[in-house]
Amino acid sequence: MSGCEGPQSVFRTGGSDAAQLEHLFLVMLAGAVVLWLGINGLFYYASRVSARPVSRARVEALILGGGVGLPVVVLTALLVYGLSIMPDQRAPGDGLRLRVTGEQFWWRVEYWPEGAEAPVVSANEVRLPVGRRTEIELAATDVIHSFWLPALGGKTDLIPGRVNRMSLEPTEVGTWRGQCAEFCGLSHALMAFQAITLEEAEFGAWLAREAQGLAPEARTAEGYAIFTAQGCGGCHALRGTEARGTVGPDLTHVGGRATLAAGILPMTADALTDWIRDPAAFKPGVEMPGYDHMDPDELATLALWLEGLR
Amino acid sequence: MTVADPERLGRPIPAAADRFAAPAPSGPFPPTPEMLAEPVPPDLAAAQEDRLRKAWKAPSGWRYWSAVNNSEVGVWYTLTCLAFMLGAGVLALLMRVQLAVPENGFLSADRYNQFFTMHGSAMMFLFAVPMFEAVSILLLPALLGARDLPFPRLSAFGYWCFLIGGVFVLGSVFFDAAPNSGWFMYPPVSLQQEGVGPDIWLLGLSFIEVASIAAAVELIVGTLKCRPPGMRVNLMPLYAWYVMVVGGMILFAFPPLIAGDFLYELQSGFDWPFFDPERGGDPLLWQHLFWIFGHPEVYIIFLPSIALTAMIVPTFARRPIVGYSWIVLSAVGTGFLSFGLWVHHMFTTGLPALSLGFFSAASEAVVIPTGVQLFAFVATLLAGRARMGLPMLWIAGALAIFTAGGLTGVMVAIAPFDWQAHDTYFVVAHLHYTLFGGFVFPVIAGAVYFYPVVTGRMLSERLGRWAFWLIFAGFNIAFLPMHLTGLIGMPRRVFTYPAEMGWGGLNMVSTLASFVIAAGFAVLVWDLLRAAWVGPRTSRNPWNAGTLEFVPDPDENWGTRSIPYVHTRYPAWEQEAFVERVDSGRFYLPDAPEGLRETLVTSVIDARPLQVLRVPGPSWITHVAALFTAGAFILPVYHLYWAAGVSSALAILTVCVWLYLSARSHPEAETKDAGLGLRLPLYVSGPSSVGWWAMWITMLGDATAFASLVFGVFFYWTARPDFPPEGAAMASGTLAVAALVALALSWALTLTARVVNARGRPWTATLCLAVAPLLAVAGGAALLGSVWLPDLDPTSHVYPAILWAIVIWTLVHVGGGIIMQLFCLVGLLAGDFTPRHDAPLWNITLFWHFLALTVLVTVAVVAGLPRLL
Repeated sequence: MSGCEGPQSVFRTGGSDAAQLEHLFLVMLAGAVVLWLGINGLFYYASRVSARPVSRARVEALILGGGVGLPVVVLTALLVYGLSIMPDQRAPGDGLRLRVTGEQFWWRVEYWPEGAEAPVVSANEVRLPVGRRTEIELAATDVIHSFWLPALGGKTDLIPGRVNRMSLEPTEVGTWRGQCAEFCGLSHALMAFQAITLEEAEFGAWLAREAQGLAPEARTAEGYAIFTAQGCGGCHALRGTEARGTVGPDLTHVGGRATLAAGILPMTADALTDWIRDPAAFKPGVEMPGYDHMDPDELATLALWLEGLR
Repeated sequence: MTVADPERLGRPIPAAADRFAAPAPSGPFPPTPEMLAEPVPPDLAAAQEDRLRKAWKAPSGWRYWSAVNNSEVGVWYTLTCLAFMLGAGVLALLMRVQLAVPENGFLSADRYNQFFTMHGSAMMFLFAVPMFEAVSILLLPALLGARDLPFPRLSAFGYWCFLIGGVFVLGSVFFDAAPNSGWFMYPPVSLQQEGVGPDIWLLGLSFIEVASIAAAVELIVGTLKCRPPGMRVNLMPLYAWYVMVVGGMILFAFPPLIAGDFLYELQSGFDWPFFDPERGGDPLLWQHLFWIFGHPEVYIIFLPSIALTAMIVPTFARRPIVGYSWIVLSAVGTGFLSFGLWVHHMFTTGLPALSLGFFSAASEAVVIPTGVQLFAFVATLLAGRARMGLPMLWIAGALAIFTAGGLTGVMVAIAPFDWQAHDTYFVVAHLHYTLFGGFVFPVIAGAVYFYPVVTGRMLSERLGRWAFWLIFAGFNIAFLPMHLTGLIGMPRRVFTYPAEMGWGGLNMVSTLASFVIAAGFAVLVWDLLRAAWVGPRTSRNPWNAGTLEFVPDPDENWGTRSIPYVHTRYPAWEQEAFVERVDSGRFYLPDAPEGLRETLVTSVIDARPLQVLRVPGPSWITHVAALFTAGAFILPVYHLYWAAGVSSALAILTVCVWLYLSARSHPEAETKDAGLGLRLPLYVSGPSSVGWWAMWITMLGDATAFASLVFGVFFYWTARPDFPPEGAAMASGTLAVAALVALALSWALTLTARVVNARGRPWTATLCLAVAPLLAVAGGAALLGSVWLPDLDPTSHVYPAILWAIVIWTLVHVGGGIIMQLFCLVGLLAGDFTPRHDAPLWNITLFWHFLALTVLVTVAVVAGLPRLL
C-alpha cells in the first residue's frame, strides 16, 4: 500500500475517527468487489453461455431474490454498521475547543482551552493533543469552505452565517496535511494547512508559548520597524504590540509554523521574501497586495525577522 | 359488424342541452379479425400513398429549416446534443492536460475554473437531459405508431430555443466570460464573480430549462393521448413508460431550480439578500433548491438509459421482457424516491445526525428498484435465447461500468464514509461511472440499435467494436484510478496540486487514458456521420424486434403508413400479418384526402380512439418566437433591461399570434372517416383535447416552482432565528384581501364565460371576459400595493425580500392570466371562438384555476403568516 501513503491520504490514519472510516471503506470495498463480480458474471452467463431458456418461475424468483431480497439484506446490514459509527464520529470533545474560520484562502485558528476567556490565535496550522477528543467549531466569513483532515477524520463545511461542529481524536503523534474541500474561488486549490499532533504535555507547553505576545527582543529588531513602517499591522496582528489587524493571519508566532501561505510554501526567509513581494504569483486572487516597491534589502530583513518569530 | 357502444368510445351521446359538444365517435371498435383480414386494393393503396407523401413532404431547399415534423426536429436535436457533448468533452481533455503533472501552468486557475464549470453544466443541461428529449421526440411517435407528436411546433420552438441558448452558454468559454463557480453554482462564492459569467449560467440555463419543460409536456401528452387504438397502458412499450416517468420528473424537478434561479437573479441583480446571512439569508437554501432539482436530475438521466435497455434486451433475448409490471413499478418507484434523496449531496453541511441517517437509508433504498430493473434484464436473457450484437456489447459495457458506479454510490450514501469521500476525486470517479454506465453507453447502444430506424442504414460492426473497446478501456483506465486519487487526498475542482502529494502518477494515467476515450468517440462519430451516406442499406427490421418503431419505412416521411390497432406488447411478433397490414394501409388513417397532416388521439388509460387530430406543418413562426424568447433571457445578461422587456413583449405577441392562428382554423367537417368504418370528431375541447392536457401538465410544473418559493419562506422561518425580524413591517392585510377578492371574482367570471358560452350564450361570455381582466388588473395592483405601500424594502432583509419575490411571481402570472382573458375576448368578438369551438376557453379556465390557488396561497403567506408568527 505504499502508493496509498501520501501526506493527505485517508489510509495514513493518525486518529480513531479516520481508522474507523478506513475500516468501513475496506469492508464496503470487499463487498462491492464480490457483488460486482457476481452481477457481471451472471450477465455474462445469461448473454453468452446459457443455451437453453430457463423457466419463467425461476427467472422471476431471480428478479425478486436479486432485485429485492439481496439488497434488503446487504443494505440493512451495511446501514446498521455504517450509521452506528456516526455517534462516535460526532462525539462531544473533552476540554479543548478549536474554532476554525475559513477565509479566502486561509484558515483562522483559535484555541479555547477549557475555561479560557480569550482564545489563543493562530493560523493555517492546527495542533492537537494525542489521546484527547478536541471539538472543532467551524465558521466562515466570506464563502463556503470545507475543513478536511483525512488522516484524522472526515470533512465538515464552514458556512457563512452558521457554526458547524466536528470533533477529532488523534491517536498518533505526527504531521499531517489537510485542505479545503469545497470550491471556494480562484485559489481553492491553494488553501491547505498542516496538522501537528503532540503528546498532551508537549501540546500544553506549546500552547503556553503560543499564547505569549511578541517577544521583547523581537520588538527591538530592525524587522519590527520595517513591519510597522510598511503598515503590515493594518492587516496582521502581532499580539502585545500596536499591530492589531485582523484581515490577515496573526503573525505573532508565524516562524513557528511549518508552512507559509496556507500550506503552499515552506517557512523560509526566501519564501517569505518572494511571497511578500508578489503574493498573487503564488496564490491568484489573494487579498494581500504585493510589496514589490520595497527595497530588496529591507524586504530580506523583514522576511528573516518574520521567519525568526517562533 | 357491430356498432360500438358509445359509452365505451368516450363521450356519451350529446344530450339536447349539450348541443355544442363534439359528436361522439361512431362505428365499430375494436375491429374484428375479418375486417383486418380484408385486403386493400393495390391501386387504392398507391393513391393513398401519393396523398400521404404529399401531406407529409418535408420542405426543401432553405425552407427545410422550417420543418416541424418529429423526424426532422428529432434528428437536429440529437445532433445538436451530440455536438454540445463533444464540446464539453474537449473542455474535459484540456482539464486533463492541466492535471497531468503537478504544478502545471497549461491553464490559469480562472480558465480551469471556467472549464470545469462549463464541462459539468454543458454535460448536464446541454447533453444529458436534452439528449433524452431529443431521442424521445425522434422515436416516440414511431414507438406509439403515431404520425407525429401532438404539438410539432412546440417541439420545433423548444429545439430552436435550445440551440440558441446552448450556443450562447457554451460559446462563453471562447470569450473568457464563462461562469467559474462549478455546475452547482453555490453562493456566496458564485456571487463574487464579476462580469457576465453568473448571469450567463442563470439566465442561459433557465432559458434551456424552459425549453426542456416544454419538451417534457409534449412528450407526456404524446404518451398519454397519441397511443395507437387498443394500446392500453399495460401494453405500452417500456420506453413510453419511462418517457412518462422521466417527463413527470422533469416537470417536478426543474421548477425548484427555476425558483432558485429566480431568487438568485434577484440577489445578484438587485441585491435582495436571499443567500446573505448578514441580512437574514442563508446560502443553504440554494443548496436545498439546487439538489431538490439535482438529485432527481441524476435519475432523469439514468432512467432513459434503462428505457433503451428495456427495448434492446428483449430483441436480443428473442422473447418478451420478463417482469414488465415490476419494471414499471420500479421505474415509478425510482421516480418518487429520487425526490427524497437530495440531502445526500449535503452530508458535510453539518445537518443533524437524524437527517443524515434518514437520507442515508433513503439513498440506499433506491438500490431496490434499480436492482429489480437490472435483474429483470438478466432474467429476460436467461428466459430467452440470447444472442449478441453490437448494441448488446454496449449494454454489457454499460452494465459493467454502471454496477461499479452503483456500488461506489452505495458507499458514499453511507454518511460517515461520505465525510471522507465527499468533494474528492473518489466522487468524480463515482459520478462518471454512473453517467458513463448509466447514460453514455446505453445511449450509444440505442444509437447503434435505432440507427436503421432513422436512416435505413447500418453502422459498421468493425468500427463499432473499435469505438467500444477504445471507449471502454480508456474510460476504465482513466477513471478507475481516480477512486484512489481521491482517497489519497485529492479534492475535486483543484486546478493544480503540489508534487509532494503523490498524485502525479495516477493523474498522468488518467490524462493519457482520457485521450483514448476521445479517440473512441472520434471513431464513433465518424461512423455515425459516414454511415448515413454510405452505410449498407438494411431491411426495415434488421434486429427482428417485436415493437412498433421498426415498422415505419425510414424512406417515407409519413411515420407509420396506417395507425395500427394494437392489442399485444410486441405486435410485430404477436399480431397476425401485422407489418403487411400496416404497410397496405389496412389500419387507421391510411389516407390524407384533404392533404392535411393527421394523427389519432386516444383515451388516456385504454386508448379508445377519440379524435382525428390535425397537426400543423412547416412554419417560421416558431423561429421568430424562439428568437424573441432568447432576447428576453439573454439581453438581461448585459443589463439591457429595456430591450429585454421589448423582446419579451414581442415573444408573447408572437406566441399569441401563433396560437390564435391555430385556434381559429376550424376543421371543414364535424367528423371524418378514420378507417375501418370508424368516424371520429375533428374538433374536441376540454379534457378530451390534447391542448387541455398540455395546460394541465404545464401548470403542475408551474405550481411546483411556486411551491418552492413558499418552501423558501418556511425554510427561513425554521432555519433562521431572525425571521421575521423583530418589529418588521407587515404587508397590508386590507390590500391583500382586496386583491384576493378581485382576483377571485376575475376567476369566477372566467369560469362563467366558459360555461355560458358552451350553453350557447357567447355574448354573455364576452361580457364576462370584458370585465374579468379589469378585475384582474385591480387585483394585481392591490397585491402590489400590499407590499409596496407599507414600504417593505426587499434589500434590507430576507423577510421582505421573500415576500416581494412571491408577490412578483404571482403578479407575473396574473399578467399571463390577463393576456389569456384578452386572447379569448378577441376570439369571441371576432367570432372565431364559438360555443362549438371553445377549446381556448377551456384551457385558460384551467390556467385560472391554478392562478386562483396561487393567489390564495400568496395572500395567506404574505399577509396572513407573518401575523401568526
